Amino acid sequence: MGLIAALSIQFAQMLLVLALAPLLLGFTRRLKARLLRRQGSSLIQPYRDLLKLLRKEAVLADNASWLFRVAPYLIFAATWVAAALVPTFATGLMFSWSADLIVITALLGSARFFLALAGMDIGTSFGGIGSSREAMFASFAEPAMIMIAFTMSLIAGSTQLSEIAEFVLSTTQLRVSLGLALFALIIVAIAENGRIPVDNPATHLELTMVHEAMILEYSGRHLALIEMASALKLLLYLSLIGCMFFPWGLAPAGASAAAMTGGVAAYVFKLVIGGAALVVFETSIAKMRVFRVPEFLGVALMLGLLGILLRFVSAGL
Amino acid sequence: MKAEVAILSGIVALFGVAILSVLLPSKRASAQVYVLCLVICAAMFGIATVRLLDPAAYEPLVLPLGLPGVGALFHIDSLSAFFLLVINLGGALASLYGIGYGAHEHEPKRVLPFYAAFLAGMNLVIIAEDAYGFLIGWEFMSLSSWAMVISSHHEAENRRAGFVYISMASFGALTLLIAFGLLANAGGGVGFAALRAGAADTQIASIVLGLVTIGAGSKAGLAPLHVWLPLAHPAAPSHVSGLMSGVMTKVAVYAFIRFAFDLLGAPAPWWSMLIIALSGATAIIGVLQATIESDLKRLLAYSTVENIGVVFVGLGLALAFKANNVPWAAALAFSAALFHVLNHSLFKSLLFFGAGAVLVGSGERNIEKLGGLIHRMPQTAIFMLGGCMAISALPPLNGFASEWLMFQAILVSPVLPQWGLKLLIPAVGAALALSAALCAAAFIRAYGIAFLGRPRSPQAANSNEVDRWSLASMAILLALCLFAGVLPGPVLDALSPVARAMVGGKIPIQSSIDWLSVVPIDEGRSSYNGLLVFTFIALSALLSKQIIHRFASHATRRSPAWDCGFPNAAPDGQYTASSFAQPLRRVFGRQAFAAQETVDMPAPGDMRPASLRIVMRDRIWDALYEPVATVVNRIADQLNRVHYLTIRGYLSLVFAALVGLLFTVAIWA
Amino acid sequence: MSNLAFDVAHLLAGGLVLASFILLYQDRLSGLIHVFALHACLLALSVGWQAWVQQSPHLYLTAVIALAFKAIVIPVSLLRIMRRLGIHRSIDIIGGVGTTMLLGIGLVALSMVVMLRATEFADPLAREDLAFALSVVLLGMLMMVTRRNAVSQVIGFMSLENGLILAAAGAKGMPLVVEISVTFSIVIAFIVIGIFLFRIREHFDTVDVQAIDDLRGERRE
Repeated sequence: MGLIAALSIQFAQMLLVLALAPLLLGFTRRLKARLLRRQGSSLIQPYRDLLKLLRKEAVLADNASWLFRVAPYLIFAATWVAAALVPTFATGLMFSWSADLIVITALLGSARFFLALAGMDIGTSFGGIGSSREAMFASFAEPAMIMIAFTMSLIAGSTQLSEIAEFVLSTTQLRVSLGLALFALIIVAIAENGRIPVDNPATHLELTMVHEAMILEYSGRHLALIEMASALKLLLYLSLIGCMFFPWGLAPAGASAAAMTGGVAAYVFKLVIGGAALVVFETSIAKMRVFRVPEFLGVALMLGLLGILLRFVSAGL
Repeated sequence: MKAEVAILSGIVALFGVAILSVLLPSKRASAQVYVLCLVICAAMFGIATVRLLDPAAYEPLVLPLGLPGVGALFHIDSLSAFFLLVINLGGALASLYGIGYGAHEHEPKRVLPFYAAFLAGMNLVIIAEDAYGFLIGWEFMSLSSWAMVISSHHEAENRRAGFVYISMASFGALTLLIAFGLLANAGGGVGFAALRAGAADTQIASIVLGLVTIGAGSKAGLAPLHVWLPLAHPAAPSHVSGLMSGVMTKVAVYAFIRFAFDLLGAPAPWWSMLIIALSGATAIIGVLQATIESDLKRLLAYSTVENIGVVFVGLGLALAFKANNVPWAAALAFSAALFHVLNHSLFKSLLFFGAGAVLVGSGERNIEKLGGLIHRMPQTAIFMLGGCMAISALPPLNGFASEWLMFQAILVSPVLPQWGLKLLIPAVGAALALSAALCAAAFIRAYGIAFLGRPRSPQAANSNEVDRWSLASMAILLALCLFAGVLPGPVLDALSPVARAMVGGKIPIQSSIDWLSVVPIDEGRSSYNGLLVFTFIALSALLSKQIIHRFASHATRRSPAWDCGFPNAAPDGQYTASSFAQPLRRVFGRQAFAAQETVDMPAPGDMRPASLRIVMRDRIWDALYEPVATVVNRIADQLNRVHYLTIRGYLSLVFAALVGLLFTVAIWA
Repeated sequence: MSNLAFDVAHLLAGGLVLASFILLYQDRLSGLIHVFALHACLLALSVGWQAWVQQSPHLYLTAVIALAFKAIVIPVSLLRIMRRLGIHRSIDIIGGVGTTMLLGIGLVALSMVVMLRATEFADPLAREDLAFALSVVLLGMLMMVTRRNAVSQVIGFMSLENGLILAAAGAKGMPLVVEISVTFSIVIAFIVIGIFLFRIREHFDTVDVQAIDDLRGERRE
């Protein structure tokens, strides 16, 4: 029975992230529109968009290879698996031990690897520009993420997200490196999700676009999968911030159904707060030039490094 | 005892093949030699595997060879067994690849004898139990690989590569010779047992470590002695490049381990600082060069430099833990390093074989002239994609597994008390993370430009898939990469006796852990399950495909590329390799390569084409090698005068040398 | 001192180091001045917290002085100077942001090692606080040497001084007189530098100190 319950909770989480990701996107879009004094689209508009895209035929460029057709599925699968392994409403999920924070980072890296390759497959200049810039951003964002993972695991003594969450819950100490890691993670999250000031998710055909340039040739179900993956990625980063830095409300492993429901409520609350904070930040800042982004991400890298350094130095005390 | 005899007979057989290859008629020689090498290497691989899983007691084989009265000693301990496994696996698959690839060789006899001798030399280094056999094998390895580097001697670039290589190899061998000499002098013998006794003096041990870092490090490609590697490895035929990058560098790693962990006894903490600092720099330098390089094979060679850096970071950490008496952590770092040795030998061979396939199929090595190969060479494209994923450390392939272990080793290092290490290790951790990410960028670029997009030259447009032997070899390598990535547990268990012998500790037995997970320390701390991650990704990808195709849509339509409404029909309009690297060059260029971009934009009305010129320099070459080369040239010029002396002059030189020697002998006593 | 008190002090000190890093990262004058105000606010909070923990009312005064002068008066007047001089454009950082930040991390590491070694028997967290204070001082110096613009050099100098106050507040029993004199010296320095700035501007039409160096070079020849 224990196994079945654990399995069902794991699958519940997989479905939960899948169901919530477009809603979060719709929420941020709507809130942003309201802040800009626009009416904004409905909360469930992303679902409608996805369904519409899924039902349409996929138009492929003449010289698209098999990689171009396979990539969306792989990107979606890698992102989904990564999102399913982050504790959202409960810790100690069935499969959470199969992948720690470093693996989750690497899974997102795999998704990006295929996305960048897919951008180059048709051989257009826009695809190339997107992939090239994505590769540059990634070469800063990924190490920064690893640095954050290092900092957290040096604080909590584990790279497992569940253990980190439980440690942060149980301790009353405030740590400087924790603050540094949070700061760095926010920067990475903004850059990785292509939000302002790094990239603008709302525009196409702007010279500075990155993510949109890579997926320019996609259509139909392929595009739907990639859009879904990027929605999942936003959700993943918010969940990550929630579970590592604000783990209150997470249901412990093997908790009762009521505790689980409470966990889901806390999770949704955290997403609302996180999404709103993101929107407010995005609305109050201007997009930066592309070559300012490495500096911006470099700050995250340096903060992460500083965090580890502090942990290393104070470990012997 | 039996395994030593078997491996020695294998080595003798390989030398026999080398001689045979000269005698055989040119036409069929190639395939026959490679088949023989394949059989011999496969047999030795089997023997090594058995010995690794079932270590024998110390009982060296003594043969009446070598120095009179001393004899030659041979022994295979678990460390040797592991490296024999790596070498012969690489050797066997390179031979399999060579059966097909060798047919395209213009002058096979410039390669074949040296190929067999090269394999024999590497095996000899590993099984030697004394300095004599070790150095003989080392020289065989260096000289025969040098001969293959200059096999296409018509190209000036290859001749230069050969010259740089032979200089560095001789220099490296000299330092190893001195290292052995110091130990043998103190210990009173050339057998490894006597050498261990010679290392009792810490001062001698430290000097020897410095010498070995130079000697083995230059062979492996440790910065700043790596400059020959990106010149020499690509110059050889591709399967030999694969062997040199994937396997020969591992022999150098073996030499380093043999000295640092075995012969030199208890390490001093500062040794590890030296190694960790050098290797962190190596990883970054190698990968930065790889991100801007456009020659496919040279790009791979630079990435070898990076991976050697990663391996040496692991070894440096293991040394640090060993010096501070933390055996379990030392075992973790050491296992991570050895695992990466194995993984790198697999995926780098695969990538070099793929590069060879591209070279055969299209006649091009420069990725700026390739493109769209995925359509013309579909199978090679799949294998190369796998190789690129593995080297970019993407789960669930093997490169990620060893990288993950390496990170775990870094995460336990706050226990080290030395201040130098406390400051160094976080920095090196960041360097490793940065190099992993940059490596992914480099291989996205290499694969995306060479295999995807549209062909950039007629050669690429008319390329053909390679023969089945080559494909089989690549397929086996990719399967091994996947196996080691999905099931790292059994591999780590096999490495456990090596770690115990070298650092005196071990990591938990992985086969006793549920669900085939990997747990390097304990379950609460970290665990990784490649199999589960792989299954999850595969299942969710398949599931989503099934559901979408079943319930939504599976219709596709082909049409011209959209490209924002302005598709450019000319393939030149695509992103090129150098434009792909431009953002990274712009960020790192000035510091790393002294890059300078000059844009020449003609004034309006001027009909001249605009131009962009990029000048990059290898700073290490400028700072370290250029002065040495200048000095050597100047000395050579001075010595050149000696060529034009009179006979009386020469006689007086000989006389002076004789008197000088006698004088030395006289005052020595 | 209770655990929580330590943690908060520690966090604030860490925040000050972080703010110093943001100062290093900023390459726009207005941003720089805003972050400096944040820097001063953090200092005021940190000193205020020490006052509350140590039960020493004179530290409140220090906090108030820091808040009033450094977080409000000086930033506001600097912003006005900036506007009057018309120099709200980008600052060129010598050697690039990345290099500067790396150097900064090296300095933090250095100050950690030096401080933790020198104060081996003190309380662990107090030791780290002292190390943070030294880091802030060193980062301030780094900022002064990597900027060409006189205004950012002034800010670097004042962030350096913030580090000194942080160290002083952490160590119990620093007399009020010293603090007041330090504060006033800062104010005077600020006034002098302000006048100096205007003078430079009048004479050379720029506040880039490089221009003054160039001028000196000409005279020597």
